[in-house]
Amino acid sequence: MSSPLLEIRQLRKTYGSLAAVDGVSFTVQRGECLGLLGPNGAGKTTTLSMLAGLLTPDSGQVLIDGRALAGDTDPLKRQLGLVPQELALYEDLTAAENLAFFGALYSLEKATLHQRMADALAIVGLADRARDKARTFSGGMKRRLNLAAALLHDPQLLLLDEPTVGVDPQSRNAIFDNIEALRARGKTILYTTHYMEEVERLCDRVVIVDHGKVIADDTIAALRARAGSGGNLLKITLAQAPAGAWLPALRQLAGIRSAELAGALLSLELDDLTASASPILHFLREHHETIVHLSSDRPNLESIFLTLTGRQLRDT
Amino acid sequence: MRPLLAIIRKDLKLHVGNRRALILTLAVPIAIASFFGSLFGGQSGKTKSSGVPIQITDLDDSTITRKILTNILADASLKATLVPEAEARAAIKQGKTAVAVIFPKNFGADASSSFFSPGAKPELTVLHDPSRNIESSMVQGILMQHIMQAVSQNIFSGTGGRQLAQNALKRLDLGSGLSPADNGALRGLLTNVDQWLSRVAANTNLATTAGRGSGGGAGGGFSLPFKMKDEESEAPAESGIGRYNGYAHSFAGMGMQFVLMAAIDWGLGILLERQRGLWRRLRAAPLSRRTLLLGRASSSTLIALSTLAICWAFSMVVFHVQINGSWLGFFLINLGVSTFAASLGLFIAALGRTPEATRGLAIFVLLMLVMLGGAWIPSFIFPAWLQNVTIFIPTRWAMDGYDAMTWRGLGLSAALAPAAVLFAATALCGWFAHRCFRWEAD
Ligand SMILES: Nc1ncnc2c1ncn2[C@@H]1O[C@H](COP(=O)(O)OP(=O)(O)OP(=O)(O)O)[C@@H](O)[C@H]1O
Ligand SMILES: [Mg+2]
Repeated sequence: MSSPLLEIRQLRKTYGSLAAVDGVSFTVQRGECLGLLGPNGAGKTTTLSMLAGLLTPDSGQVLIDGRALAGDTDPLKRQLGLVPQELALYEDLTAAENLAFFGALYSLEKATLHQRMADALAIVGLADRARDKARTFSGGMKRRLNLAAALLHDPQLLLLDEPTVGVDPQSRNAIFDNIEALRARGKTILYTTHYMEEVERLCDRVVIVDHGKVIADDTIAALRARAGSGGNLLKITLAQAPAGAWLPALRQLAGIRSAELAGALLSLELDDLTASASPILHFLREHHETIVHLSSDRPNLESIFLTLTGRQLRDT
Repeated sequence: MRPLLAIIRKDLKLHVGNRRALILTLAVPIAIASFFGSLFGGQSGKTKSSGVPIQITDLDDSTITRKILTNILADASLKATLVPEAEARAAIKQGKTAVAVIFPKNFGADASSSFFSPGAKPELTVLHDPSRNIESSMVQGILMQHIMQAVSQNIFSGTGGRQLAQNALKRLDLGSGLSPADNGALRGLLTNVDQWLSRVAANTNLATTAGRGSGGGAGGGFSLPFKMKDEESEAPAESGIGRYNGYAHSFAGMGMQFVLMAAIDWGLGILLERQRGLWRRLRAAPLSRRTLLLGRASSSTLIALSTLAICWAFSMVVFHVQINGSWLGFFLINLGVSTFAASLGLFIAALGRTPEATRGLAIFVLLMLVMLGGAWIPSFIFPAWLQNVTIFIPTRWAMDGYDAMTWRGLGLSAALAPAAVLFAATALCGWFAHRCFRWEAD
């Protein structure tokens, strides 16, 4: 296996008595999408700032392609494309002017710059709005332009700091598509968020941080297994709240870990959906219940976070 | 180089793109400078001063007071009107006129007789608006000149003078309290005056010759023993002596003030960019901190220079402000002011954490610089200690430099020291900004 594109070791940054980042270590392999997940104030942005050379760590190391950044002008910075959490755009410049400016900061030749601008605008689907001022863009479009502005110098590693914060579901999906397109082009991505489902959709691996510390670093599948389930959730809505007291009998069926009834909604945790589905449906018919809706799901990272920390993820 | 140029181009684009702010930053200084310029004398030679308004009441109506009034009415530095006493007093109260003068009854006779003799002197009432002391003193000076001239003319001409001399001799006979020697000397003088005047009356020929020989002595009464030549208005423009132009000073002051005000915006703009995450992007690029600051400073300097250029062009076309000194010197001062403003912007950005917290302090610094620099009121009005203290203020040097290059018409050498001070201040502010800017804050 080749050396990781990014490796951070025991990174630490304190503000007064607060340890914003407290001994964080992880690696990002080439071509991988790593989710950096944590609630507000967990230290995600602080970590990214140290990776990008914006902030000097109190201690610890950041290795990009096996080498530490040496100063503000280190060409190694060209390997990194930072998408700040804020909409870091000039509202009074057009989309194209914004991109031309940020591209010029990397001393791109004119021809290259124009090519890259066209590419970046195409990736984020803003080619037809290139001549409009950023001010006139919707929140979602600004987010996409914010992403495009980090692509001009064709970096290997994209550092995305909550790239979907404050956008509507439709724009969010558009951004996911953009990121998947970038992955298809071989980009390595460090994706910071506090949305579980984003990590589940986009990433192979996840590092969960809380209070400046890494509390989990694993593939999503392994985390699910670690959360102790590996099974399935089944939700069944009945025509009406059941009269009979058959619930204890249901719990006796093989492969059922738990069963709860709330009104007409029956929630079950199963070892194996394939094995248990049929006996459960049969049981309900025997007790003369009518099923109006049925859905199943795998346990998600919300429940994993709960298992790991004993706390609910704050979703703001 | 490319990133630096990109930063400059971006800043200029944002500046020009903001039409409303652009018009404001140009129109406002021009309007205010025009206003101040017209207050502080405008263009000399072009506009005659209209004269101090003065109202006169003549309760005497004698030959002497009539003569005084004729002279006053002819005096260009006064704008006199004759009114009844009550009206004069009312005008002063209501602030309609600066000064009012009331000649009492028998003013002419009493003034003449008290010329040679001790005793009661007639009282001339001068009323003035308490807010216009300077004009009042000026009017009193001019009045004195006219009164002395008329009264002395009366004394040293013909019968009137002889009468006075003889009356004075009679009073000496009645006893004067002087020592016998003094008494004798004064008697001699008065007798000679009497004799001289009788000769003048008898021989007009003599009077004319004497008048010629002594510069208007016997016939014309006393007059000022010198004549003032008003160089300012009489010197031709080509003489090399600058013509004062109030607009030159006001455009220098206001141009500088608004460029410095723009510096506050530049400084706060940097803080705002930092707050909005734009500096994260700038700093993520492989650029030195010096490049980032230099880009900012360069664009600010260009914006300041063009603002000043437009202000000056306006003042030259509309108010005929001239660069009587060195054009190179004039350019150096403008460049110095521009670079100073640019690095002051960086300085302000380095001082502050947030735009909100910095604004108050920045405005205070600006007001001090502008006020103590003499941009509002010329620094020569300051008390001596303040003039000494302001030597340490770069804007004071700038104003002196501007005055030297515009209406004073001094050479390049007079611009070198001010320009050097401005460039030194630029370097100092820039150094401070580079050292103290909170690069890692956001
Ligand atoms: N410049 C600073 N000065 C003082 N404290 C800071 C500073 N920057 C961050 N912090 C603190 O460090 C902690 C981590 O902040 P950070 O911005 O890295 O969190 P985050 O995980 O990005 O949160 P969010 O999801 O809200 O963006 C927070 O408690 C924050 O208050
Ligand atoms: Mg953050």
